[in-house]
Parts: sequence; C-alpha cells; structure tokens
Amino acid sequence: MSKIALQADKLTKRFGKLTAVNELSLSIECGAIYGFLGPNGCGKSTAIRLLTGLLLADAGEVTVLGQPLAGHEEALKSRIGYMTQKFSLYENLTVLENLRFVAAIYNVKGAAATQRIDELLQLYGLAERTQQLAGTMSGGQRQRLALACATIHQPELLFLDEPTSAVDPENRRDFWERLFDLSAAGTTILVSTHYMDEAERCHGLAILEHGIKRADGAPRALMQAMAANVVEISGDNLRQLKQQLAAVPEVISAAQVGNHLRVLVSKTVADAMELLTPICRDYELALVRPSLEDVFVSCTGGRHVG
Amino acid sequence: MWARLWAIIIKELKQLRRDRMTFGMIVMLPLMQLLLFGYAINTDVRHVPAGVVDLSQTSYSRQLQQMVVATQVVDFKQHYFSTRDAEAAITRGEVKAVLVIPADFASRLVNHPAFASSASYSQVTEPIAQWLVDGADTMVAAAIRSLRNMPLTELAGQGVSLTVPSMAVVQYFNPEQRSVVNIVPGLLAIILTMTMVMFTSAAIVREREQGNMEFLIVTPVKPLELMIGKIVPYVLVGLVQASIILSVGHWLFAVPVRGGLDSLLVASLLFIFASLTLGLVISTLTKNQLQAMQMTVFILMPSILLSGFMFPYDAMPVPAQWIAEALPATHFMRMVRGIVLRDADVWSLSKDAIWLLLFTCGGVVLAAKRFTKRLE
Repeated sequence: MSKIALQADKLTKRFGKLTAVNELSLSIECGAIYGFLGPNGCGKSTAIRLLTGLLLADAGEVTVLGQPLAGHEEALKSRIGYMTQKFSLYENLTVLENLRFVAAIYNVKGAAATQRIDELLQLYGLAERTQQLAGTMSGGQRQRLALACATIHQPELLFLDEPTSAVDPENRRDFWERLFDLSAAGTTILVSTHYMDEAERCHGLAILEHGIKRADGAPRALMQAMAANVVEISGDNLRQLKQQLAAVPEVISAAQVGNHLRVLVSKTVADAMELLTPICRDYELALVRPSLEDVFVSCTGGRHVG
Repeated sequence: MWARLWAIIIKELKQLRRDRMTFGMIVMLPLMQLLLFGYAINTDVRHVPAGVVDLSQTSYSRQLQQMVVATQVVDFKQHYFSTRDAEAAITRGEVKAVLVIPADFASRLVNHPAFASSASYSQVTEPIAQWLVDGADTMVAAAIRSLRNMPLTELAGQGVSLTVPSMAVVQYFNPEQRSVVNIVPGLLAIILTMTMVMFTSAAIVREREQGNMEFLIVTPVKPLELMIGKIVPYVLVGLVQASIILSVGHWLFAVPVRGGLDSLLVASLLFIFASLTLGLVISTLTKNQLQAMQMTVFILMPSILLSGFMFPYDAMPVPAQWIAEALPATHFMRMVRGIVLRDADVWSLSKDAIWLLLFTCGGVVLAAKRFTKRLE
C-alpha cells in the first residue's frame, strides 16, 4: 500500500468562463478506494474525465500507474477501466453480447474470454440473464453489468462515475462489497458519489465544491479534524429556533434532522455549549460525534445556513 | 486489430437485426420507390387536359379537334365560349392548354398550303388556329409545341401523304423510348445514396448521443477500426438493395441488364464505399442525429437533381457540372447506365471508377482524422 497509482498536480479545466476543475491535486495509493464527494455540478465527472484522458486539461499534470498521462493515453487504456455515470453499454444487445463485445475490444480472446465472462456472470449474479437485452434490465442489474464490463480486462485502476445513482440501497450495499473485493485483489478504485454513507466507506476522500478541493483525507481523520463542533438540540418549535441561530455568526449551519436540530458551531468558539445555552433556554442540548455530512457542510462553508 | 474489427462488425449487424423498422426499410424502401417511380416518372407527355374555343363551329373545325385528340397529346375536357373564359380556366389550373379556332377558320384553311389545289401561293398564309398554353411547365409546353406542324392533309381530304424526313434517327439501347429504362439504373444510384449516407451519418453520432462513445473512447479501440467496422455491415446492406432494385426492375419493368455482373458489382461496391465514407465524414462533423439527417438531405437533393438522374447532365451550365462532378452519385450514374444499358465494362469507365476510389480514400482519412478519441 505504498505505491502511488494515480497522481494529479494542479489539474485545471475551464469551459468558457466556468472553471470546472480548479488546481486539483491528489495522490491515490495502489489498492485504495478513493472517493470524490460533492454536490451535482461540483466537477466530479469532469475531474474523472480529465484523469482518464477523455478530456484534455488546460493545465496541470496527471501520472497514471507510474506513467504521465499526456502522450501515453492509448497505452494506458488497456490498464484502466471506466464505468460512466450514464449506462453506456448497448441497450439492444443482450448481457452476453455486451460482455463479448467489450472482451474483444479489450483484446481478451478465445478460451480466456469465455472463462472470464463466466466468472463475471457468476460474480455479479447475471448468469440467468445472459440472453436478456441490457435495455430491459433494472438499474441494479445494469450497474452490475457495467461493472463487469469495466473490469473484464482486470484493470489496475478503475474509475467509477456515480456508479450507484440509479440503484436501491440493498444493491448499493452489494455493489460496495464487490468494490472491496476488487480493492482487496489490488485494484485501485476512484469513485465519485454524492451519498455520505458511500463516501464514508472510502479509504481516502476528497470533498469537491465548485471544482476546488475543500478537504482531503481518510473519512475518520476528516471528522476528527473538522473545524466545528456539533450540537444536537431537541424541543418544540425548531423551525423558529433555526431562524434565530442562523443570525449567530459563529453558527456555520443549522439543519433539522427529524426531531433534532443539528447545529455546527465554529471551533473559534471555545465552548459551543456555552454559546448556545443562553439562546436555547427551553431546549435540550447535547454535544455529539460529527458525521461525514457535518464535515461536508463545514468544508463547503456557511452557505448552507437557513 | 482484426478481432476488434470483427467484434464491431458483429455488434453492428446484431443491432441492425434487432432494429426491426430499419431492417424492414432496407428491403421495403427500394422496393416501394422502384414501384412508385418506375410507374410514375414519365417524360413522354400524353393526355394533357385541354379545352377548346370553337368560334368557327363548322364541320372542318370539329374534324380538326378530332385530329388533335387522335395524337393523344391532349384530351379535350371543356368547351369555352370566349378566349377570356379560356384564359381564366388556364389561370384556375382547370386545363393546361386551350385550342382557339377562330371565326374565319374556314377561309384560313382554304388559304393554307395544305389545300394546294385551290390556294394561290402568292397569298400570305396564316396559321389556321392558335394554342394558348400554360408555359410554366416546359415539358408540357414542348409537347403542345410539337403540334405546331401537325399535317393538315387529312383535313383537306387528300389522304395521308408520306413526307420524307431530312435525317433518319436510329435509337440504340432504348428503341421504344421508355423512360423507365433510363430511370431504374438511375434510381439505384439515388436509393443507394440515400440509405448509405443516412445509415453511416447516423452511426457515429448515435453512439455519441446514447453515451456509448464515452465508454468506447476509454477502451483501446482505434479510430480506424471503429470507422471500418461501422462501414462494412452497410456494404452488405447496399449490395442487397442493389440486387433488389435491378432484379425487380428487370422482371417488372423489363429493364435489360446488358453488362457483366462483375462490372456491375465492382461499380456498385465503389459507389457504396464512397457513399458510406461520405456518411462517416458527416457523422464526424455533426453533433446529433438530427443534424446528421439534415446534412444527408443536403447531399441527397443535388444528387437527385444534378447527377443526371432527372435532367441531362449535358444540359446543365458548366458551374453546375462542376458541382455534379463532386458528387459520387454523378459518377455512379454514368457507370451504372453504361454497364446496365450499354454493356460497357468497368475499364471503359475507369475515369469515374478512379474518382470514386479516390473519394473513398480521402473520406476515410478525413473521417479518421476528424474523429478524436476525446469527448470535446
């Protein structure tokens, strides 16, 4: 776990006036699962497209599996796998036909191809659906087929762009199990998501906002290093209290979660409880362990107040 | 390289087979068009709806009308009482031409040279009647004009006299002068242009639109493999269409296939390849299927109008001929008519063959160059 599989240095991409990715630097160790967390339109997909060579960066450098990406795109293509956000296989081909086609494209031939396809069909629970048209499958099945196709040539580095956006929770759990299997076998995985629970499963994580990396590290470390304390407030009339709290400058965010109000107080205040108690006289207050969502909110600034 | 190419071809064929509508159109489109155009297009103008203004009302004038009808060029549908009424009818589109027989028809007839025995030649002779024609359609107008020198000897009661023409004409290859003989081979060029350019112009764009391209770009597939893999299945489609058109044309419209099938195959293949690469180039220039479709029509229209299919190439002004020369359809039109109707072989048509070959090579190189393995 010491070799670097993917490294980016001040990667920048502009679309006209919009800077989609702004000086993104990152480094991913071999065999790690690394996540891009951020809202829609934060530059996750663009970053992945830059790292795979689908788009040409305006500035910055990428090193993939020890080789600079620029000039080695074609050579690297047989060593990386890519699963697009939108289902990108052929809807009017069957599961088996799709797999055979992708195998041939990746130069997996003959008996090796047959064996590999059988293996993948078993692994991803598609063995009974070989003759089904890809277009008629459910979101979860399509996504498993897409993963099977993206890994047919056993890539060393796998890019997954929001792989679970059209998938139910149970299938998502399953899907992540498969990712950990791949990771354990040595595959480095870069996955983008806007689900907190998925991001929490990653070994490393980058939080992106407006194309800028706001935080980078292991989820647990990010939670510990967070620049805010989290206070949970319960009681009546939470909506009204929320308005009041929004006016307090040290409060980064206040969001209702069920019967609680989850309040992030900047660490510039020594004791968060002391600050909040006078405002919330008739409420119960408790200092709680931060979640990844809190990290995300505090990283992306106080814009989410109110 | 070969495995990948083969995989793309197989994939394309499978997709084509699943697309029932397209699959059906490959067969039905040429068949329907052949039947439609084979029967409909006719440059031999007959039975033009016409009217009569008979101001003379004599037995001679009625006899003249019968003689005109006997030529089959016009059918008299209406009688009008004045020239004014007749003009209004032409404006309304009721009739295309009106024969006006003047009140002094009988005396004009007597002075006409056809009545040689009675007339003194010193007299100035006038036409015996007048045609008012809707001249907008030049073909209809020409047909009526051909009646100008209709012989009047029968009217004069002198029986049919045989006049000796100044020159004799021998009509090779289509002695009965049936339009369909010229149209069926031409239709082959038009239908192939339409389907071949349309299929491939949509091919790459479709992958882009449906998101398949994003995945394909990240695979080790090469642009040239993709281009050729996309073309090959449609070569088969083109050959199927060519055989449908020629065999139905032969059985149904008795269009002869005089040339060798080998020459025909070579010419067809050359044209199919040229059209397919033209489609590919369009595919790399456009962003979606609608744009590709518009570009296809942009190519198709001059292919129909300038290639010599509808109007003779030699009748066009020189700049239009240059444009026609740039279109693959013009070259194939010449070749296929030469082979099918005149038993020419490919070697005697090598100029057109070489041009199609160069067009194809240039097209493939341009398309592969235009197609970058990037998303932008």
